[in-house]
This record gives sequence, C-alpha cells and structure tokens, in this order.
Amino acid sequence: MAEFRLPKNSRIRKGQHFAAAEGSGNTRTFAVYRYDPDSGENPRVDTYEIDMDNCGPMVLDALIKIKNEIDPTLTFRRSCREGICGSCAMNIDGGNTLACTRANDEVKGDVKIYPLPHMPVVKDLVTDLTNFYAQYASIKPWLQARTPPPPDQERLQSKEDQELINDPSACILCACCSTSCPSYWWNSDRYLGPAALLAAYRWLVDTRDEATGERLDELEDPFRLYRCHTIMNCTQTCPKGLNPAQAIAETKKMLAERKY
Amino acid sequence: MSLRSPLGQVLGLGTAKDGTSHWWGQRVSGAAMAVLGLWFAWSLATMSGFSHAEAVAFIGHPVNALLLLLLSVTMAYHSYLGIQVVIEDYVHGHGLKIASLVLSRFAHVVLAVAAIFAILKLGIGA
Repeated sequence: MAEFRLPKNSRIRKGQHFAAAEGSGNTRTFAVYRYDPDSGENPRVDTYEIDMDNCGPMVLDALIKIKNEIDPTLTFRRSCREGICGSCAMNIDGGNTLACTRANDEVKGDVKIYPLPHMPVVKDLVTDLTNFYAQYASIKPWLQARTPPPPDQERLQSKEDQELINDPSACILCACCSTSCPSYWWNSDRYLGPAALLAAYRWLVDTRDEATGERLDELEDPFRLYRCHTIMNCTQTCPKGLNPAQAIAETKKMLAERKY
Repeated sequence: MSLRSPLGQVLGLGTAKDGTSHWWGQRVSGAAMAVLGLWFAWSLATMSGFSHAEAVAFIGHPVNALLLLLLSVTMAYHSYLGIQVVIEDYVHGHGLKIASLVLSRFAHVVLAVAAIFAILKLGIGA
C-alpha cells in the first residue's frame, strides 16, 4: 500500500544547534536535514545560526559557509553555482529548487533545507538518483533517423523547428520536477516521471528525428506515461521555468491523435 | 538482492501499449456526465415535490427514463475508470491489486445493472 508515514529508521529527530559567534548581529537560522548511514542513527535536523553580513546571497552560499566554517561533515552536491549543472537540487522552504539560484531573501523565517523528497538518501542532502538516470536513458535520448545525414553538412532545421525544442531541451535533469510529483513518489518504479517524459517529448517534436512512432509506442503504457494525473507540481517547481506538464499533455494528445 | 541493471529494471516487462483508450474514455464519459448531470440537476430542481408518485411519473416519461439510463451507465463507467486509477496508484501488492480491480469491476457492474433494473421497473411499471 501507499506509505503515509516514514519507515521507523527514517523518522527525523531533533539535532544539534550551532549558535552564531558572539557579536554577529544579522543572523539567520538554517535548519538542515542530516543523515549518516554509517552511524546507524535516525536522520536529524541540525540548526545553524549564520552571520548574514558575511555570507553570500544564495542558499548554496550559506551551505558552503556552514561546511567551510562550522561543520565540515555536512554533505551536499554542487558544481556550477549558476543553475546549469543541476547538482544542488534540494528541497528548500518546502519546495524543490536549486540551492544556487534560490536567494536567502526569498525565504521567510528559518531556511529549512531537506534532500529531494521520497528518494533514497545517500548522506545528508545527497539522494540516490540511479533510477532517475536510468529512466532518462530508457527513453533513448538521442537522435534516431533512417535518412542518412547529408554528407557535407549537418541535418537542417528551420527556425520554427528549433523553437519547438528550445524549451524542452533546456532541461538540466536536476530531478526537482520528478521528485515533487506525488504520482512519482508512489510509483517511480514504473512511472517515468516528468523529467524523463519532458526529455521524451523533446525528441518527439524534434523535426530531424524519425522515430516518433516507436517513441510513442514505448510511452503508451498505463504506468510509464498515464500515471501523470496533471497535478502540475512539476511545472510549478521547475527552477528553469520549463513546463513538463504541458509536454506530457501534448504527448497524450499525440497518442490520441494517432489512435482516433 | 538482484544485480539486474537500473536500466533493465526501468524497462521491466516492456510497454503495455495501452492507456490511451482509458484516458480518452475517462474524458469522453466525463463530458457526457457534465451534460447529463446538468439535465438531472435541472430536473430535480424543477420537480414540484419528491413523493413516490411524482418520482414514478417522472421516470414514466420515456425521455426521462432514457436519460436516466444513460446517466446511470455513464456514471458507473466513469467511476470504474476513476477507481481503477486510484487502485493502481495506491495498492502495491500485486495480488491485492488484481483482487481490488476485479472486485471494483464487479461492484460497478452490479451498481449499473441495479440502476437499470430500478429505472425499467418504475418506468415500465412492472
């Protein structure tokens, strides 16, 4: 059955509190989910008071400051710090987003930071995305065509052709959307989730691709595609402003169009 | 523990090549219910009372009986499709899921047949 409570060993306990140094005026509290599989202990939420006068503007800046100056055991992924690598996706202030593009000022009250929801936690804010990446691989995210490419140039696209894939190909696979989707929480073993379906749509509408029919065949499944119930958390949470919900709706329309 | 690759697990038993009819059926029956539901609500609102005699007179009219039959069947069908989705979403044990789906199908057929029988009985006046 669906799980409505976390398993016993996943329930969150109160953690340590790290007070700001004496004399820091403009402080802010960051509540961060901590889990260390080697300790055998339940996850906990540690709170850190940060001197905001000596901290960068983004949530990621605060996390890096905590790791550098307060608690080097804090574990999280990050790389580009400009919203293009997708590494620092996490749940901030109740919504999935990138820590590097979410400003501390945008959050009211304490800044609560958790890993992406309903994913196996490797450590602290790092989740296991193996299944998510395998789902992306399963939709064959590459060009498939029978027409050989012109010998002396690339396959051509019109400006309008390119505009079709502009948005869907801007996905950075951060997993914010898929892990915000209740349908994905309950059925991620069979439902592909908004990220993989947006990627599939990117190839469905690519005018150079000739495997549209085969791609639709692979998607037409009560679980792979039709577990989407148009909840639209994906579109609301996407830190790149993309619209996976619309891509999924368009895919369903394509399937209906070829059937009726 | 299985060493099957993550991609192998995602590909699983392959695609069922199905789901579009279900999706389309739910939408079409929903649209039909919107029209039939409006008619039903309007009929109830304009009925002078709810006595047994008035109900019998209402159903005795062939157009009313026909629309009621259509509403009952559409509603049972739409409800069956909806409940099926809920079961598939939330019931994860394979045996329990199949049993729930079969039970739900039976229950909806029983409901639809009971409604048809009641309408015919009152409408034709057995």
